[in-house]
Amino acid sequence: MPEQPADVRAGNFREVALGYSMEQALLEAGRCLQCKVPLCQKGCPVEIDIKGFIAKICEKDLDGAYAVIRETNSLPAVCGRVCPQETQCEGNCILGKKFEPVAIGRLERFVADTFMAKNACETVTGKQECSMERDDRKVACIGAGPSSLTVAGYLASKGIKVTVFEALHEPGGVLIYGIPEFRLPKSIVANEVAAMQELGVDIKVNWVGGKTVTIQDLQQEGFDAIFIGVGAGLPRFLNVPGENLVGVFSANEYLTRVNLGRAYDFPGYDTPTYMGKNVVVLGGGNVAMDAARTAKRMGADSVSIVYRRTQDAMPARLEELHHAIEEGVAIKALCGPIAFNGDDKGNLVSMDVQKMCLGEPDESGRRSPVCLEGETETIPCDMAVIAVGTRPNPILLEATPDLELNKWGYIEADPETGETSMPNVFAGGDIVTGAATVISAMGAGRRAAMEIARRLL
Amino acid sequence: MAYKILQKQELIPGQTSLLVIDAPQIASKAKPGNFVILRIDEKGERVPLTIADKDPEAGTITIVFLVVGKSSAQLNALQQGDEILDVCGPLGKPTHIEKHDTVICVGGGTGIAAMHHIAKGHHEAGNHVVAIIGARSKDLLLFECELDGFCPEVLVATDDGSVGHKGFVTDLLQKRLEEDKSVGEVVAIGPVPMMEAVARVTKPFGVKTTVSLNSIMVDGIGMCGACRCTVGGETKFACVDGPEFDGQKVDFNELKARLWQFRDQEQESMEHYKKECTCGKH
Repeated sequence: MPEQPADVRAGNFREVALGYSMEQALLEAGRCLQCKVPLCQKGCPVEIDIKGFIAKICEKDLDGAYAVIRETNSLPAVCGRVCPQETQCEGNCILGKKFEPVAIGRLERFVADTFMAKNACETVTGKQECSMERDDRKVACIGAGPSSLTVAGYLASKGIKVTVFEALHEPGGVLIYGIPEFRLPKSIVANEVAAMQELGVDIKVNWVGGKTVTIQDLQQEGFDAIFIGVGAGLPRFLNVPGENLVGVFSANEYLTRVNLGRAYDFPGYDTPTYMGKNVVVLGGGNVAMDAARTAKRMGADSVSIVYRRTQDAMPARLEELHHAIEEGVAIKALCGPIAFNGDDKGNLVSMDVQKMCLGEPDESGRRSPVCLEGETETIPCDMAVIAVGTRPNPILLEATPDLELNKWGYIEADPETGETSMPNVFAGGDIVTGAATVISAMGAGRRAAMEIARRLL
Repeated sequence: MAYKILQKQELIPGQTSLLVIDAPQIASKAKPGNFVILRIDEKGERVPLTIADKDPEAGTITIVFLVVGKSSAQLNALQQGDEILDVCGPLGKPTHIEKHDTVICVGGGTGIAAMHHIAKGHHEAGNHVVAIIGARSKDLLLFECELDGFCPEVLVATDDGSVGHKGFVTDLLQKRLEEDKSVGEVVAIGPVPMMEAVARVTKPFGVKTTVSLNSIMVDGIGMCGACRCTVGGETKFACVDGPEFDGQKVDFNELKARLWQFRDQEQESMEHYKKECTCGKH
């Protein structure tokens, strides 16, 4: 797929991958073997009928292809961009055993992007206008991230009235505040959300689940089912000295300022952000890559990713890691953070890292990093971004004492149906599993939505 | 849905204003100590402001703000009938209100407005509330009458002595704590140096001291950690763990440093705004 050249894109926030043309899509779709037993579909958490939609592309029936995808996936333009396809659908593609697998993600993106401007209602339901068939039944979703939007999209297409309550001022959850514009343009998310609103979904922003509205309130207001998809937003820190110095940020803060607050357009937009010249990012996942690549685009002279294992062991998607390296992000693997150092005014000036090496394999077979005694390094930096994961956000959980939690503080939910310890209250996504991918949250949303539909229809 | 300004009052012209905002859902849930995050328009930043009062029947909340930078200047340019794009809340843990014989509520500057809601909460719980309020001079004093409405005692300090005691609120607090053994808790809201000074004064008396931290926030819902502060050696998030904390345990130096983080950009934003404003007039 064509991309913006690395040296150009490192200076802008426009999307990196440019998307297929019709010719390219037809060529790629034509490679699909249309297997009798499609392993790709099994590898997809929402089980898209992949060979079905690819067959429609081959027939040049893009509306048909979109309808096939939308049967199971409410956010195809998003998934086509941010899913880890290499480990899911494409990872299972039989062609991949000998050749390149079919570029399923890129085809999905192509279909969704082509479709986007059209009438969502007609494509999904076959009707010009979506009248709520069962407006005597209503469902509430708390949070407007991938899992909730999946529930809303699915139930709305079945004619059930859905209200989504979002705490921030813009729907999309992590798709808006977390994933940067250059990887997932906000207009794409806005379009997906608009398509959902066209299906009759009511989205209320600035409503904080557990504060502005509680589960108990929604039950009293007669919602037949409630889905909790509030994510696991609370950022983790490293618990090393100097972590609260000025210049040390959580990836969530940094990305929220830049993405949700559009700090890249400051002072056109009012949200400010710190402009580090020498930036260090801690962590090795997709969020770390996003933060590092964002810092580069915000004008940093140098950006390094510090990770305590090896580069191969980084949990980030390979494509993201490669994009980051191409854009000039340095990788300092086998370095564990020990301390942040500040000046007398409390500003970050450097950080100390402990050099590591890989030890013997542990019980899991994975080689854990061990400290190289006495080998430390001081890295000068005026900004550090910590991207080492999240914890469950306490707001809704504290307001809902009846909700059973597991020992890590996440919501206990039935793996098949998503139902929690409270009847007809469902949960899915990061607030159940801990931080995971957009698509796995959507998979959980879909399972819950199917169960809710089964009970209500 | 935008949020309509039903009433605007310039408490100190050009400097401090009060807005009564139509926000029924927030008003029905707001408790003393809660705050809201508002965004004036599409390009605005998310601004945290303490709820100074609420009227659940009328469906309104009251906020009081000091004009310090672009966003507050812009907010101050709005008039009755204008709308604010986003108001989100109520956020933060409500004030923990216990039954004490006497509670002293100390407020400084704009903090007096926030303190007012908390003092009211203590009053409604049956506590004898002594309000100690301070400002640089008489003209900058807020909410004296409102506090008079339910506080049996309102003690005033001004830096220039234009009204009440000439000096600091901490002088009055010190004297009171020496004379009155019935004080179960001291609550302080205002500029960081004032809250720090209050905690220093109360320490030898061993009286419970609550301060409300005005950290920089972005989302206000525990998502970003911008508002983190060190309390008793542990990192806490002011937005979900607070904003009220034990004043004896707060690392005030760190709080001060973190409050200055965006000073340069705040100035840039303000200059940009002033320029825009002048352009509009020509």
